[in-house]
Amino acid sequence: MSLKAFHIVFIVASALLSLGFGVWALTGDGAFSAAAAGVAFLVGAALVVYGVRFLKKVARTGYIAGGKL
Amino acid sequence: MQIPFTVAPRPDTGVNNAKIGVWLFLASEVMLFGGLFSAYIFLRIGAPEWPGEIGGHMYERASDILNVPLATLNTIILIGSSVTMVMSWASLAMKRFDRYRLYMGATIALGFAFLIVKAFEYGEKFSHGYLPAENNFLAIYFVLTGLHGLHVIGGIIVNMYFMWPGARMWKTDPKRFTNRIEIAGLYWHFVDLVWIFLFPTIYLL
Repeated sequence: MSLKAFHIVFIVASALLSLGFGVWALTGDGAFSAAAAGVAFLVGAALVVYGVRFLKKVARTGYIAGGKL
Repeated sequence: MQIPFTVAPRPDTGVNNAKIGVWLFLASEVMLFGGLFSAYIFLRIGAPEWPGEIGGHMYERASDILNVPLATLNTIILIGSSVTMVMSWASLAMKRFDRYRLYMGATIALGFAFLIVKAFEYGEKFSHGYLPAENNFLAIYFVLTGLHGLHVIGGIIVNMYFMWPGARMWKTDPKRFTNRIEIAGLYWHFVDLVWIFLFPTIYLL
C-alpha cells in the first residue's frame, strides 16, 4: 500500500473518530460538551471535504507518482 | 555497489524492497500494540469498576480522571501532522524541494507540539500522585500512551534526519530520497493511526 492510499485510510478513520467524538460529546452536560461536539462535527466535515478533494486530485493529476494506490 | 530494488519494484513482489521492509516492520508493530490493546480489554472486563478507585476517589468514567480537552488537541495536532507529512512527500514528487522543507519542518514541529502537550498531561497526573502503580487503569494508560509517545519521538528523529543530514541525497539520487520520505510517511501515518484508536479507547469509552 502506498502512502497516498494509507493517507486516505487515515483520513477516513480520522473523520469517523471526529463524528464519533461529536456524538460522545453530545451525551455530556454543560457548555464544554456542546462546544466540543460542534468542533468535532466541523473537523469531521472538514476531513470529509479534504479527503474527497485529495482523492480527486490523485485521480485527476496523478502527480503523486510512485507506488500503487 | 548498487543496492537493488530501492526504488524500482521487484518483479516477484511488485513493490520495492523499502516498502516491503516498512510494511513488515509495521506488521510487527500491529502485533505489539495489538497485544497491549488485548491486555487493556481483559483488564477492563475483569475489573468490577473502571477506572475504579484512584487516590481515595472512585471514578466511574475515564474522562473524569483524564484530560479529554488536551487529548483532543493532541488528536488534531497529529491529524495535521499527517497532512503535512503527505504534502512533504508530494512536494518532492513535484520536485519542489523548498516546499518539502516547509512541510517537513511543520511535521517535526507538530510532533514536538504533541510531546509538549503530552508532557503537560503527564505532569498533571504526576502532581496528583497518579502513577502507574496506583491501579490497573493508570498502568495501562501510561504503558499505551508512553509507548505511543516513544514511537512519536522515533518518528521525529527520523524526520529530523531527512530534514537535515539525510536531505543531501536529494542532490545525488532524488528518486531514492523521495522514496525514503514515502517510507518515513508510512511509519508516521501508522503512529498517528494508533493514536486514532488509542484516544477513544482510553479517554472516551
